[in-house]
Amino acid sequence: MTISRRQFVSSVAGAGIASMAAPNLVFAQNSGPIRVGLMAAKTGPLASGGIDMELAMTMFLKERDNTLAGRKVELIVADTAGVPATARTKAQELVEKNNIHCVIGPLAAFEALAIADYLTEKEIPTLGVAAAEDMTQRHPSPWFVRLTSTSAQCAYPLAEYSAKELKYKRIVTIADDFAYGHEMCAGFQRAFEDNGGKIIQKIFTPLATPDYGSYVAQVKSADAIFLGTAGSNGFRFLRQFIEYGLKDKMAVIGGMTALDESVLRNMGDEALGILTTSWYSAELDNPLNKVFAPAFRKQFKYDPGYYAGGVYVTAEVLEAALKTTKGNVEDKKALMAAIRGGNVDTVRGPIKIDEFGNATGDVYIRKVTRSDGRLVNSVIKTYPNVSQFWTYDKTAFLKNPVYSRDYPPAKNLEQ
Amino acid sequence: MQFWIIQGLNSLSLGGLLFLLSSGFSLIFGLMRLANLTHGAFFMLGTYFGATALRSWDGLNIWVTALGAGIAVAAIGGLFERLVLTRLKTNPLGQVLVTLGMSFIISDACLMLWGGDSIPVPTPQNLQSPTRVLGFVFPTYRLVLVGCAIGAAIVLYFLMERTRLGAMIRAGVDDRQMARAVGIPVSNLFTVVFCLGAGIAGAGGVLGGPILSAYPGLDGDMLPLALIVVILGGIGSLLGAFIGSFIIGFIYTFGTALFPELAYIILFLPMIFVIAFRPQGLFGRVGA
Repeated sequence: MTISRRQFVSSVAGAGIASMAAPNLVFAQNSGPIRVGLMAAKTGPLASGGIDMELAMTMFLKERDNTLAGRKVELIVADTAGVPATARTKAQELVEKNNIHCVIGPLAAFEALAIADYLTEKEIPTLGVAAAEDMTQRHPSPWFVRLTSTSAQCAYPLAEYSAKELKYKRIVTIADDFAYGHEMCAGFQRAFEDNGGKIIQKIFTPLATPDYGSYVAQVKSADAIFLGTAGSNGFRFLRQFIEYGLKDKMAVIGGMTALDESVLRNMGDEALGILTTSWYSAELDNPLNKVFAPAFRKQFKYDPGYYAGGVYVTAEVLEAALKTTKGNVEDKKALMAAIRGGNVDTVRGPIKIDEFGNATGDVYIRKVTRSDGRLVNSVIKTYPNVSQFWTYDKTAFLKNPVYSRDYPPAKNLEQ
Repeated sequence: MQFWIIQGLNSLSLGGLLFLLSSGFSLIFGLMRLANLTHGAFFMLGTYFGATALRSWDGLNIWVTALGAGIAVAAIGGLFERLVLTRLKTNPLGQVLVTLGMSFIISDACLMLWGGDSIPVPTPQNLQSPTRVLGFVFPTYRLVLVGCAIGAAIVLYFLMERTRLGAMIRAGVDDRQMARAVGIPVSNLFTVVFCLGAGIAGAGGVLGGPILSAYPGLDGDMLPLALIVVILGGIGSLLGAFIGSFIIGFIYTFGTALFPELAYIILFLPMIFVIAFRPQGLFGRVGA
């Protein structure tokens, strides 16, 4: 790396000013702005979700006149490009250059894992969005909380619903071939089989699958197919599924990102009637969301989904914690304790944070319907206070290996 | 039985799609000795053009759209060749790098213009209902796509074998120096072929749209497939691209169906064997 003369001069000057200001540091810290780092993939294939994250966060701050708990907030958005190595560099930049007080994000699990150790080491309060199970299970960090859900947390209620209310007996699962898909399908399988159902086929497709035709043609005949996909893959699969005439033969159900609002806005009637599960829906009927979702729609012309909702919830929790600490972000331990201890009413409903840092809250079974001409996820059933461990015993749960492609083993696969 | 028939048809339709993708790549590679890494981006650009046009105007015909998008992408390709590539003609490595850079520019521009969401390309109304083939259901559009690929192959064959332009291109592929020496304007030919290759990719992008959808990263998903087909089939050989496309179509489809965990290995394995034992490809000529 080369340093130009101007950069050198300005950095020396900067250091000088900083040392001159040093005696006033304590005073200056408490009156300066709260610096929040938002890590979002704004370019690359994950950009759609990352841009939604930023929109929701800026909207949240604007509604509050950029002031939380009486202190100004400075938002620094870092573009991770959906690449773990970039996320790591940006995290370091946020901490060491921008001196942020806390981090929100990043979007993808592999990004979150890439920066987790660093942020723990630097003791930066981190409010995550990514779903990797073990971040709040076998390897929790005292500096990390997640206000969305684990990969499998929302799959459990849908699995029970499928077995008990829809009376499905045999289900095929399909998901992207990476940890998020593995974990979600594993959780779905576990709860579904514990309720007497059978997973007869599990298909995992590479993240970059140009043509889903050959996968669609393999799908065995069953009561339903469960889509554990993220981003646009689910909807690309679904279109081929329909073209092969399979939608008339079996039902389609999906995980929390399969028919996200961001996907629905590009779909047509083929999506109608599909059931999915999530901790959020733009259609949720609670006072906070009745304000948030229409305002978001009015401003950006589409409904908030997983990423916009997730960041908004996260910001709400952060605000509640800041109120508890009276705007003090310099005492990071107290801030983290306030975040973890929060019982907060959010746009997704009331949530609590468990001892591992993961949110326990309502999970909704949603059905795609048409309302005012656009497709929406209307809530048809609420499972209250769903924990990341579902109904299982926590200690026994944590003794098992983390969910994966092969765990728990699928015993009912048909050849 | 159903498995073999359906997957067989799938292989054919994927093969057709791959031919529309890779024939242009092969043409450019053959004449210009240039691995055009922008090819995937041209394909994606076609898909985005198609998605926008077909979603904006109801009742617009997909074939007309493909032609229009093909011409538009050909024009972009032609400009790129004239303004950038010709200036680097003494620097083959620079040319390859600049095509890579161009592909990044196009994909970022697409992200800016169309956003990060996947945009579906509607299947033509009259081809939406599945066809019954020997008692099995199969998407009609995929069958039509195979027809398209065969049609494109025939047209390209006549262009290459029966026209003066084709003869000049073949001469250029075989021996560029000699072609130049007998007065063939090889440099103009480069532009024509580059436009043609980009145009086929653009049109192919529209036709593949109903199966693939337009999404950021489509370029990166398609480019390796074009490379594999061309390496397998042989550089600069239209027949090679044709046969190669269908071979890869079969390998990919049956590979993912029978050994889903090995999807990528199966795809790249034949390429390694070809490079090791028959570097010129199945239909390439030695020394070409």
